[in-house]
Amino acid sequence: MVAKETYEAYWKENLTYIVILLSIWFTVSYVCGILIADQLDTIKFFGFPLGFWFASQGSEVTFVILIAIYVKLMNALDRKYDVHEK
Amino acid sequence: MDIITWTWIIVGLSFALYIGIAIWSKARSTGDFYVAAKQVHPVLNGMATGADWMSAASFISMAGMISFMGRDGAMYLMGWTGGYVLLAMLLAPYLRKYGKYTVPMFVGERYYSQAARAVAVACAIFISFVYVAGQMRGVGVVFSRFLEVDIDLGVIIGMAIVFFYAVMGGMKGITYTQVAQYIVLITAYLIPAIFISFMFTGIPIPQIGFGASLSESGMRLLGTDAGYLLDKLNQIHKDLGFSAYTSGGTKSMIDVFTITLVLMVGTAGLPHIIIRFFTTPTIRGARASAGWALLFIAILYTTAPAVASFARINMISTLHNRPYVEAPSWFKNWEKTGLVAWKDKNGDGMIQYAKGSAFTGKVVFAKDEAGKPLLGQYGERVVSTPATPIEKSKNELYIDNDIIVLANPEIAKLPAWVVALVAAGGLAAALSTAAGLLLVIASAFSHDLIKNIFAPTMSERSELIFARIAAGFAVLVAGYLGIHPPGFVAQVVAFAFGLAASSFFPVIIMGIFWKKTTKEGAILGMLSGIIFTASYIVYFKFINPAMNVPAHWWWGISPEGIGAIGMLINFIVMAIVSKLTKEPPQHVQDMVASLRYPREV
Repeated sequence: MVAKETYEAYWKENLTYIVILLSIWFTVSYVCGILIADQLDTIKFFGFPLGFWFASQGSEVTFVILIAIYVKLMNALDRKYDVHEK
Repeated sequence: MDIITWTWIIVGLSFALYIGIAIWSKARSTGDFYVAAKQVHPVLNGMATGADWMSAASFISMAGMISFMGRDGAMYLMGWTGGYVLLAMLLAPYLRKYGKYTVPMFVGERYYSQAARAVAVACAIFISFVYVAGQMRGVGVVFSRFLEVDIDLGVIIGMAIVFFYAVMGGMKGITYTQVAQYIVLITAYLIPAIFISFMFTGIPIPQIGFGASLSESGMRLLGTDAGYLLDKLNQIHKDLGFSAYTSGGTKSMIDVFTITLVLMVGTAGLPHIIIRFFTTPTIRGARASAGWALLFIAILYTTAPAVASFARINMISTLHNRPYVEAPSWFKNWEKTGLVAWKDKNGDGMIQYAKGSAFTGKVVFAKDEAGKPLLGQYGERVVSTPATPIEKSKNELYIDNDIIVLANPEIAKLPAWVVALVAAGGLAAALSTAAGLLLVIASAFSHDLIKNIFAPTMSERSELIFARIAAGFAVLVAGYLGIHPPGFVAQVVAFAFGLAASSFFPVIIMGIFWKKTTKEGAILGMLSGIIFTASYIVYFKFINPAMNVPAHWWWGISPEGIGAIGMLINFIVMAIVSKLTKEPPQHVQDMVASLRYPREV
């Protein structure tokens, strides 16, 4: 029987991951794709104005990467705290 | 072989495939029927989720909407993908751990209340019916455009197919047909996009191509000189009096922000998407599955803005200031279906494209007594809808959103079978989404209403029969709504997302992340979120549509975006009421704790 504290530590680490990853989620879409998109548009990224690129490509690609990272992190975390499914 | 013959063959083959899969994957238990016995591989579940998610509107209309909105259109791209990040981190793994069959059931058990469950059942059924009506209509529209059959007959054929595999196979049948449907729809979407990208820029990857410079053949086709494709498009826009294509400007920033947010949290709160994560064998699988789903969805959603840009620049370059008699063949082909129309306002025989609408209302073609379309002096179809005065808009062209995807294969000069494949892709997108929604409706009836409220002692066998009857009944209602679409279908899509965002999303999140959320908090939170959002939408969309302009909106937020505020209200009410009421019973708090760990503790 694992102590209650261990489980709480697991949950805390999970929450930390979520907060960090969702900050990136918010930044690429709402900040770069909407709020400061006009300013970013003055920068050229290949043939794309940068704000336009974040809104129509960058956010979507980043979202896929964020989930992939979360899956990796959580699989490792499950094992670290020995709560993984057998 | 001509396009119609090809279309019948390819659509026929795809339908035969779906039926074959349905026979192979017949549901034998309620577990099969509701959650495919939780035996679906994460990658396959990802594909099924992708097909479930991408509707007729995503497939046929989205690129067109973006094409006309420029950067503001990206709110659909971000909004309809960003929700999966929320699903993967905040919902899917915990709900998979819970593992029971429906979203209302989770709400009922977590909030130890039949009232909460009843509110959830009502929301789930309403949201799903709203959505499914549009899908059945979409099936009819694809049939009528590509196969020249009546829309109503198209809806009936679609109903028959869905009826077959949803009623027989339940979730199991639906899942495996959705996998096949994903493959059909993504192939159909990518082939024309790849060819067009190659034609204009020499790069076969559309996602990169639309940010590249024009190739030799691109310059020739578009009649322009060297440079980045997007720069050219911006220049053309400026010359015609539009704002630059890559800048916003069709909507205010706060509106784009709130709509994006509603679409994201709405996605994460839609029951037909949530239940897909009940079907994976493990919690690890549920997380991974959300990632696969988003990857498969993103393939289409990152191609769409490329298609939108290619089609936009091609359309303006090949039509504007060109004589009608020399218009490209795709224009004349699609004129027959009423998706494009032209009225020579200044009498010069040339097509002019400009800001503003060319006509004062829905485009209707004039007909003679025999019912034949009337042709004008250049052979164009005569439009009976009054044109807007030339002083108001010089625009002579009506272009429907849908043409952007539908005309792609012809623009790229691809063979007839590719056009047929696009038809099959559109049908796959509509049918797969419809099936997922029908299952939510069926399980809400058979599991949440009949089994839970009226006949708790019912055997598994009879529950399965009820589930099938409910699915069959839902197909009939959906078909009826597809044939007789209530005038408000287009309006209520905002409703579906707004309601999902302001009801399910906060209730589920708080249920998992805050043990002390009470049933009073949840019920009052849901009700205040729904009532606020619904009243705002109903007022501006139905009671007083004349007022539906930015000047009258609260904080400049349109009815499409108001669910974001409804969601905040729900969260706040839930938190305050939960603080003031008696804590949830210990067994509920224990259940919440157990959702957080993959293994039993």
